[in-house]
Amino acid sequence: MLRLTINGRDLELDAEPDTPLLWVIREQAGLTGAKYACGIAQCGACTVHVDGEAVRSCVLPASAAVGKQITTIEGLAAGGTLHKVQQAWVDNDVPQCGYCQTGMIMAVTALLKSKPQPTDADIDTAITNICRCGTFQQVREAIHAAAKA
Amino acid sequence: MTYPIETNTLKVPRRAFIVGAAAAGAGLTLGLRLPFDAAAVGAEMAPEVNAWVVVKPDETVVVRIARSEMGQGTLTGLAQLVAEELECDWANVTTEYPTPGQNLARKRVWGDFSTGGSRGIRASHQYVREGGAAARIMLIQAAASAWNVPASDCTTDKGVIAHKASGRTTTYGKVADAAAKVPAPKTVKLKAVKDWTIAGKPLKRLDTVDKVTGAQVYGFDLKLPGMLVATIKAAPVTGSKVKSFDPTKTKAMKGVKQVVPVGDTAVAVIADTFWHAKQGLDALAIEWTSTQNDKVSSESIAAWLKEGLEAPEAFVGNANGDAKAAIKAAAKTVEAVYDYPYLNHATMEPMNATALYTAEKCEVWCPTQNGESALAAAIKASGLPAEKVDVHKLLLGGGFGRRGMTDFVVQAVLIAKQMPGTPVKLLWTREEDMLHGRYHPVMQAKLVGSFDAQNNLTGLHVRLSGQSILASVAPQRIQGGGDPLSFQGLAKGNGDHAFGYSMPNLLIDHSMRNPHILPGFWRGVNVNQNCIFLECFMDELAHSVGADPLAFRRKFLDKHPKNLAVLNAVAERIDWEKPAPEGRFRGIAQMKAFGSYVAAAAEISVSGQEGNAIKVHRIVAATDPGVIVNPAQVERQIAGSFVYGLSAAFMQACTVKDGHMVEDNFDSFDSMRIAQMPKVEAILSATGGDGSTEPWGGVGEPTICVAAPAVLNAYFAATGKRIRSLPMKKHRIRLA
Repeated sequence: MLRLTINGRDLELDAEPDTPLLWVIREQAGLTGAKYACGIAQCGACTVHVDGEAVRSCVLPASAAVGKQITTIEGLAAGGTLHKVQQAWVDNDVPQCGYCQTGMIMAVTALLKSKPQPTDADIDTAITNICRCGTFQQVREAIHAAAKA
Repeated sequence: MTYPIETNTLKVPRRAFIVGAAAAGAGLTLGLRLPFDAAAVGAEMAPEVNAWVVVKPDETVVVRIARSEMGQGTLTGLAQLVAEELECDWANVTTEYPTPGQNLARKRVWGDFSTGGSRGIRASHQYVREGGAAARIMLIQAAASAWNVPASDCTTDKGVIAHKASGRTTTYGKVADAAAKVPAPKTVKLKAVKDWTIAGKPLKRLDTVDKVTGAQVYGFDLKLPGMLVATIKAAPVTGSKVKSFDPTKTKAMKGVKQVVPVGDTAVAVIADTFWHAKQGLDALAIEWTSTQNDKVSSESIAAWLKEGLEAPEAFVGNANGDAKAAIKAAAKTVEAVYDYPYLNHATMEPMNATALYTAEKCEVWCPTQNGESALAAAIKASGLPAEKVDVHKLLLGGGFGRRGMTDFVVQAVLIAKQMPGTPVKLLWTREEDMLHGRYHPVMQAKLVGSFDAQNNLTGLHVRLSGQSILASVAPQRIQGGGDPLSFQGLAKGNGDHAFGYSMPNLLIDHSMRNPHILPGFWRGVNVNQNCIFLECFMDELAHSVGADPLAFRRKFLDKHPKNLAVLNAVAERIDWEKPAPEGRFRGIAQMKAFGSYVAAAAEISVSGQEGNAIKVHRIVAATDPGVIVNPAQVERQIAGSFVYGLSAAFMQACTVKDGHMVEDNFDSFDSMRIAQMPKVEAILSATGGDGSTEPWGGVGEPTICVAAPAVLNAYFAATGKRIRSLPMKKHRIRLA
């Protein structure tokens, strides 16, 4: 049994401690917004927040997140209102297939916490998620829009 | 503690076949071929006006979409076309996928489900618009009959029907049930493009919100009651089979339910979770049979293709005059050899499918670009009669051509057959996905151009040597030993992939060589390599006679006004006639692909110790697809094409070693990041008039082909170095 705090809820989950956090979130907690795409922390589709930091959950043992605050894309919207980054994504029509976008949004929300007004160079350094559809132009526009919101 | 949040658990639907007066919509099938006999249909009724349109009492308009959405925006574009003719309120529009089984049962009322070749909109716009227009006529008639007035006196606007003379109004939602009983009109008149108010506009996609909240259910996310999860390992070398495996250790592992052979070429582990299944598979030793293919490598394939460059026999795809004679008589010839590697589609969501099998039925849930071929595959793999099988399409986490194949569907059904009554979700790892792709085929090309003493081009011979996709996936389409698709972008005539220049003496031929690696349609297909070959070589020819690359091309474009127009458009926007800013260098390329005319101009700089870091500062890309259904989505497809095309050109190749693929994840098969993304300026033109006279062009694929040659030509302008063998990473050149 593993005790994790996900989106503010304390959960007791039937998973081995060395299971990657991604799979505990997806399979035991049932939250499928964080995606599997590479399993080796290359692409960022699995990005969630652990104590406010963006982490690639596909390589993080779940035990490493015990006692910490885990936030997934499902926990981003508060009280039925989209987070400003999610809203910027809707306003700028960002996603194409969308599969990588939940991870992209989690990476961006973490960036905006540390750098509320990121420059293009800040974005280039911090946002390294892969998007095969290639919607990067809209991602950049939406980050700047969210920063202004 | 109770927390599975089962928000994405789908109910196993009852077979929701639809019948009734609505089947009058079959009048709109326009002679589409029926591949099977129509199955007997059930009686669960959806309150549809016709096959394409359902209007609910709350005024929600459900537009049925036959093609698959994989990010390209087709779902929204098709809905715009239907809504345009229907004259409903766009704010009330939503969409749903009919299943391929329903299509079969209704004599293919929704036509072809195949979503490839950039055909999603261009091959179905006529009948989906007619579907919307017919539904509008039926809704008006229902209101007119109730009011006892002539339908011709009624008007519609945003889902409201009005009879001006009497001042009466009603809504689509109120008359939808009655409209379903109105006979479908025999003919309908479609609006001219210039009169569009919903189509042709940069409307937002209909499928965005769930994608930003995590609520969107992709195949990977599907949950069904009692479901188990499987993961699979197929023979690393195509042609090899399972020799033996010992499931003892794996079966004893936590969560593992079963270890099963899948056909004779793969083994799957079925467990309570993916993670347990993967651990079980990692612990499973499988022995594979050896085959002749074990000796094949990228080097041996390259050597074989190289022979094809000089082979006496080749299939001629395009020719005029006598290119060989022109080359023989030339004052000067220019010659170059290019090559293009295998590529994996690398969709973000790896391949997957879920199947539930019993003796009475087989249901499959999967992301597929072709619901009908997925259904055909499921029917065959299940061994059940067609009417007992159906496929439920899910949104695709990327497709790019890979999901037109059905290998993962067959596997899922073969696994589920061994677990009757239990739904099993088959998930591929990224490694499985990378090592068992349907790869962009390998190709080499030798190009020879000839000039007379006055530096006039007198002939061009393009010899292709390499793999045919059709020989593997549709051998019945091989014509006279040749694969017509190999000539995409170089083809004779005026078709979708017509060669875009007039040359005095031209020969384009193909020596087909098919290694055992399974090829597939990779976004852009054969224009990808053909445009690099042709458009980089056009640059070589221009430079060999001291000509400007744009001016040189224009000499051969007199009879190709639309090619010329897009080329001129990018040249003008990037200020081609003026010198590039200090330290910047430019390249251009153009082609006709998938019925659209595309061109690109790139502006780059090079840096790094050996000038091996390329920064692409600016891309100008022009597209003329004839008719534009949603300019905002077209722009996104254009920009995304540079990510797909330049990722391949710089970073990607699938290497063959001992018969198997080598690159198995994004660490060895990288993809462009936001820092490397150039600024893409799209120029859209639509020269297709009212949309009724010329075939519409596609959008999802054409632009990819001009991405690499525009940048490669700029790299030559910057460095004097001509790169003819891709990817750039093998020359240690990277995208900065």
